[in-house]
Parts: sequence; structure tokens; C-alpha cells
Amino acid sequence: MTEIVITMGKIAFVLFCVFNLLYVLLWLERKQSAVMQDRIGANRADIFGLRAWGLFHPIADAIKMICKEDFMPAAADKFVYTAAPFLAVFFSLVGFAVIPFGDTLTLGGHTIHLQIADLNVGLLYVFAMLSLGVYGFILAGWASNNNFAFLGGMRAGSQMISYEITMGATVMGLVILFQTLSLNQMVQAQGEYFFGFIPKWGVLLQPLGFLLFLIAGIAETKRIPFDLPEGESEIIGYFVEYSGMKFGMFMMTDFIETILLSAMLTTLFFGGWQIPYLHADGFHLGGLRLAINPVLVSFLQVAAFGLKVFCFCWLLLLIRWTLPRFRYDQLMALGWKFMLPLSLLNLAITGLVVLL
Amino acid sequence: MRRNHQIPLGAIVKGLALTAGHFFRNMRIHVAHLFGRRLQEKGMVTFQYPEERRPFSPRLRTRHRLTMRADGSPRCVACMMCETICPANCIYITAGEHPDPHIEKQPLKFDIDLGVCVFCGFCVEVCPEDAIRMDTGILEFAAYSRQEMILTMDKLLMKEGAQEPDRALMKENA
Repeated sequence: MTEIVITMGKIAFVLFCVFNLLYVLLWLERKQSAVMQDRIGANRADIFGLRAWGLFHPIADAIKMICKEDFMPAAADKFVYTAAPFLAVFFSLVGFAVIPFGDTLTLGGHTIHLQIADLNVGLLYVFAMLSLGVYGFILAGWASNNNFAFLGGMRAGSQMISYEITMGATVMGLVILFQTLSLNQMVQAQGEYFFGFIPKWGVLLQPLGFLLFLIAGIAETKRIPFDLPEGESEIIGYFVEYSGMKFGMFMMTDFIETILLSAMLTTLFFGGWQIPYLHADGFHLGGLRLAINPVLVSFLQVAAFGLKVFCFCWLLLLIRWTLPRFRYDQLMALGWKFMLPLSLLNLAITGLVVLL
Repeated sequence: MRRNHQIPLGAIVKGLALTAGHFFRNMRIHVAHLFGRRLQEKGMVTFQYPEERRPFSPRLRTRHRLTMRADGSPRCVACMMCETICPANCIYITAGEHPDPHIEKQPLKFDIDLGVCVFCGFCVEVCPEDAIRMDTGILEFAAYSRQEMILTMDKLLMKEGAQEPDRALMKENA
């Protein structure tokens, strides 16, 4: 019984964090792009005259989208058309189930693993969910019965296939090094040190792998510069026929996938919840020791994980607001002629080094 | 043709460095402003319009006004020069006799239809009495009907409820 309560609590905590980060990202999208472009950004939505630097704009967005007409094309496939946005959001959210956001926490005699489900195939699970997520977009494009929406859905499908291969091949390097598919064990392995003081994070083990994973991951989130499925200036994409909150769910999916990608990057390459030199009983550095309350340690680890995820979200927004969209042949050339050979090379070198 | 497929990775990194540089520079100024520091610097090039206005050039042609004599009557002598030269035909003057025998005429009505005016400033150039000027600094005169766009003499003399010309703002940039 307590197990169920604890698991429900963890699910609630993760969803709470993800949706709040989603809200912050909606705000950050406007504000960060503005600051990058020497502007101030949206700051007019107010509650009783309180503007709070435009923090209420996402609320205004949500109210607008919920109040808008829920349009459905006459020739659309009613059931699939309605199900598609739910599929997209669902598959982007379930990926968080295997992301470890902290080590074990001992509270009142219960040992709580700060991860919703420690699957021993966690990595494959995340990839499976990301791949299934594309069904939401393909089905949306198909069910709209609109040529442009269909084109967008097909683009989403082909882009997903092209970049998922690179993504998978890149991560195999880490699997070889860590000898596990469980994300929690990967994070624990990253708590070790080179020469006793340089943290053994994935980015130091696999710098090329990190870059390839980052690029392929951005392609997976379908945001600029890889927003070919959307392509708002050319085809408007798979959600061209959607309005109101159904469109809002597609928009949310993009942001949730951004968060998921940040969480994956953190987990695989930046030590997950690890803080260098912080162990379960306090700080260790050479002969230096500082004892810290284990509950506080857990709190620091969760905070560190959140901070790392937030920094990656910032980086992804920076990329999104800097680069223009690739042309379609460039997208395919980048995926198949540049990234795939490099990821295979990365895999081969990693295998060779481990073997020797 | 083959080069066409190349992704300019160097340029991508350079672009990211540029935007990140702008982000950090502006963010540092915004954070300093929160603590009341570096107030003379701006973290953006835009103006928060209704609260904050761009300084006008002193030569900017803005809404018209009619200048007054010491007794508050219009300097205008209803010579019809402005009405004649106006390329948009937006000035309507009705002339009448002035009580002072030294002054020939005065306008009984002086209307400018801002909905028609092209802000060329010919009326100001042509006026022999310096009776009409376009230096009020007023740029917002949108209205809900065409009738409301017509300025009568009272409004042009800026007597009742009208704003004083924003001289300080205009000198700022002079």
C-alpha cells in the first residue's frame, strides 16, 4: 500500500515539475528570444495591474486556447483527428517515467528511489516512446484530410526515422562504456572520477557522441532549425487544421519534448543528479570531508538535476532562436551523410578502445 | 552542386556565439537595473511606447496649432494663404471682420480635417503671420469617426482641455 502511495507521489512530483517547467519555458521562449534580439518581450498581460515581467502571458495563452472554437474539418476522420494530439502529448510525457531525478531518499524507514520506474531497459524505453510519439503527428496529418497537413505528417515521419538511427547509434557508445541500459545505473557510473578528481561524466567520455545526440535530439523535438514538419512559412504542417486546445496540445508536445531531451542529455552526458564530490554522506574531495544530512543531499541532487535540465532548455531555446530552418535536402544530407557516418565512427572507436 | 549540401557548421557556432553574447550582455544590464545600478545603459533598443516615448526631432511635423496674440485671440488674419496652398484641401476658413481697425480680418471658423491632412507643412511655410505651427508634439489623434478627426479653432488654439506642447521632450533632442 505504501509502495503505491510513494509511486503515486513520485508521479505527481514529476508531472508537477514538468508542467511548471513547461509554463516557465512558454514564458522563457518569449523573454529569452527578446533579450537575445535586444528587445524586452511580452510584458503586457497583467493581473490587477501586476505584470511580473510577463509571467502571466502563458495563462493568457491557455485561456485563449481553451475559449477558441474547436474546429474539425468536415472530411476529417473524427476519431483519429481527436486522438492524435492526445497520443502526441501522452508519448512525450511517459518518457519521464524512467528518468532518475535523484538517488535514494530514506524517509521514516522507507527507502525511496527517486525515479518513477527503474526499468533495466530504461534507455530503450525512452527511445521507444519517442518513436511512438511520431504517430501522433503522422495521424494528425493524415486524419486532417488536408494535403499540406499530410505532407507535414510525412515529413515528421521521415525526419524521425533519419535521426533516430543516429541517436540510437550514438547512445550505443555509452551503453558499451557503462555496460547497462538502466538510466539509474548509468548515472551512478558517472559518479566515478578520472585520476580521482575529474568527474567521469558522459560528455567527457563521449564528446562527439554528445554533439551528435544533441543535434539528433533537436531534430526529434521538431523545433527550428529542424521544424520541417511544421514549416510555418511553407506548409504550416501537420496541425494546420487544428485549433484551440488541440493545437495547444501539439504546442505543449514540442515543449515537453524539449524538456525530455534536456533530461536525457543531463542523464546520459552530464551526470544526471550527480554533483561532483557529493556522496550520500557528504562532500569528499581528497582528504577533505564535510558531512551533510542525507535528506539535504537528496534535495541538493534533485535541485542539481533540475538546474542542469534548465540549462539545457536554455541552450535549446538559444539554438531555436538563432538558426534558420534547413532546406529539406540539407536536412536529409545532414542526417544520412554527416551524422550517421560520424555516429558509426564514434561507435567503432568506442568499441575499439573498450576492447583494447 | 555538391557544396550546396554542406552545412556551415562554423557559421552556426559563430551565430550561436553572437546571440548568446547579446543575451548575456542584455541580461547583465537588466539584472543590474533590478538593483538600481547602471541605469544609464539600456538592455534593449526598443521603447516601451505608451510609457516611454522616443525623443522627437525638433523639425518633426506633428499636429497643428494656431498661435495667439497677447489677449488670447488668434494671430490668424484669415488671408486664406494656407487654405489655398493646401494640397489636400483640408483647411476650411470662414473669414470675418476684426473689431480692431488696425487688423483687417480674423477667422470666425478655422477647421482642419486631420483625416485628409498629409502633414506636408506647406501651411506653416506659407503663413505670413506665423499663426499656424506644427510643433505640438501630438501624434496620437486617432478617432472613432471622421467627424471627430476635424479640428475646430478651439482645439487648434489649445485653450480648453488641450495639452500644452511637449516642449521639454522636443528640446531634449534639439
